[in-house]
Amino acid sequence: MAGNSGPLSPRAKLAVTAGKAAAAVSRAAGRGSGSVIGGKVALKLDPDLLARLATHLDVVLVSATNGKTTTTRLIAEALRASGQVVSNALGANMPAGITSALAGGSEARYGVIEVDEKYLAGVARDVTPKAIALLNLSRDQLDRAAETRMLAERWREGLSGTDAVVVANADDPLVAWAASSCPTVVWVAAGQEWKDDAWSCPSCGGVLQRPGDDWYCGDCGFRRPPPTWALSGDYVVAPDGVAWPIQLQLPGRANKANAATSAAVAAVFGVAPKVALERMYAVQAVAGRYDVVPYQGRDLRLLLAKNPAGWLETFSLIDGPPAPVLLSVNARGADGTDTSWLWDVDYTRLAGHPIFVIGDRKLDLAVRLEVAGLDFRVCADVDEAVRSAPPGRIEVIANYTAFQDLRRAVGN
Amino acid sequence: MSETSLRLVWVYPDLLSTYGDQGNALVVERRAQQRHIPVSRIDVRSDQAVPTSGDIYLIGGGEDRPQRLAAERLRRDGGLNRAVANGAIVFSVCAGYQILGTEFVNDLGRPEPGLGILDVRSIRNDGPRHVGDILADVDERLGLPPLTGFENHQGNTVIGPSARPLARLRYGNGNGTGDGTEGAWSDTVFGTYAHGPVMARNPLFADMLLKLALDVHALPPVDEQWYEALRAERIAAATQQPA
Repeated sequence: MAGNSGPLSPRAKLAVTAGKAAAAVSRAAGRGSGSVIGGKVALKLDPDLLARLATHLDVVLVSATNGKTTTTRLIAEALRASGQVVSNALGANMPAGITSALAGGSEARYGVIEVDEKYLAGVARDVTPKAIALLNLSRDQLDRAAETRMLAERWREGLSGTDAVVVANADDPLVAWAASSCPTVVWVAAGQEWKDDAWSCPSCGGVLQRPGDDWYCGDCGFRRPPPTWALSGDYVVAPDGVAWPIQLQLPGRANKANAATSAAVAAVFGVAPKVALERMYAVQAVAGRYDVVPYQGRDLRLLLAKNPAGWLETFSLIDGPPAPVLLSVNARGADGTDTSWLWDVDYTRLAGHPIFVIGDRKLDLAVRLEVAGLDFRVCADVDEAVRSAPPGRIEVIANYTAFQDLRRAVGN
Repeated sequence: MSETSLRLVWVYPDLLSTYGDQGNALVVERRAQQRHIPVSRIDVRSDQAVPTSGDIYLIGGGEDRPQRLAAERLRRDGGLNRAVANGAIVFSVCAGYQILGTEFVNDLGRPEPGLGILDVRSIRNDGPRHVGDILADVDERLGLPPLTGFENHQGNTVIGPSARPLARLRYGNGNGTGDGTEGAWSDTVFGTYAHGPVMARNPLFADMLLKLALDVHALPPVDEQWYEALRAERIAAATQQPA
């Protein structure tokens, strides 16, 4: 049966109600959407609530370092072709936020859930998903996150006995290693521009050889699994060999990769690529990302890039010179407090763009750009940067809290 | 220095480049180029031989397993030891610093032999990880302004009789043994726990390496505006963070 209101025990119902009440209080107090506090209250009253809420849903989990919010949204849109969907669309991706999102969707058939990388194994155990999409793993918030390879190892151990169909990126050696212990894997050649977290074989530590798009370990023989789905330029090639054009409103190669993976997930539930892709075309922006916002008579396109892999993909989608570029970097708790990752980003890719720098850590960025030999201007705030920028749509690239600051500043 | 250009060797970026360590190579390279010093950068992957004819070797930080793999491969290769025996300059950070020593504790919890080119020995501390801005006064023999950096490690490093502390801490944990020291050096071999990267926050360290390699006492000035602004900000941040 569809819907998850029927089978809940009185205690679970109480937990859901208490959680909703706490969320309402949190919202009224102006502390965000309340989804996390609501979920925390509910889980405290009924620790098994997440599992119970998921019992009568077909659950898809989505995890990665980058692209999980967007991919969750694309999969949700695709699956709406075949039934109601409940999803943590705003990116509250730890157990409390997930619980809160599921509690809000009592009539849904599908649960499409973004999961923080560190929590994937636990959530997969609780909700018995039908499918799990694994996109990529790379360095992120090194001052507090586990080491990247350790995350892959946790995925590998946690998912080894899963009954889910795992849809995994064959082009990311860490993801391939994590998924290769799963009984049922659909491999997608989704690409991965960033390669600097996978020069060592995740299995044996040997040096990976990477001729062209292929990769393999010369020591132990671990190699790229043969994909059944592939992103090929602007097309996704399905297992039957048919190439479907990807015509997203969302920009960039990485989003085409997200769409390819989403089409493969949709196919697990019987939604054909044509139907799935057409539904994805409706998505314009995801939690403010990619939004074009008018501000002070100018157009600003807001782009989120949280780590070196994300910046690399973002550089490849912005308008070419002379489009002005505004960069903002913070190093608060949610960003990671260590800014050394800025030196893993190849800022010479911005040569020719007028560059404007703001954010808490604008001086780190200034030294980085100076050493890259670029011209740039450090500004006090977004207003000064926008006033100083030459004509044209301004490409705004910011990391996590800097992005939130910018959205507030420009009224998005 | 070789006849044509200064040879800057970056050791094992495939294993030891987790914390923006490329930045150290970029800053040294940039500050050489600004002085019209020809410099060629050689990135040596861990399945390649470490050249013995380099002038400056940089070795960075990494995770625990890659650190063990790097130590194994560097011991087997022997190139870095031979280069140091020839008088090469080595600047190492964090995991790389530990590898230069006589011994460290590897990812399996066992003692792992280092390269023995710096008289330090490292163990893993049982307490919380050392994470945050540090500030330290550099050994006066080196004639450098205070060291600012960002540490992120779980190592405790003891300095032996034939090496000296690189700096004395004002803020931060540094070598982590409670003796107030940060990093170590002897002759032309240097080690520190400071990321940031360290050269971006302490460009005069980069100049020191260049001066050693060129055997000169001074270099033409370069624009220090942004480095100075960043240093001032981070030094203030180190003094203001909770102990």
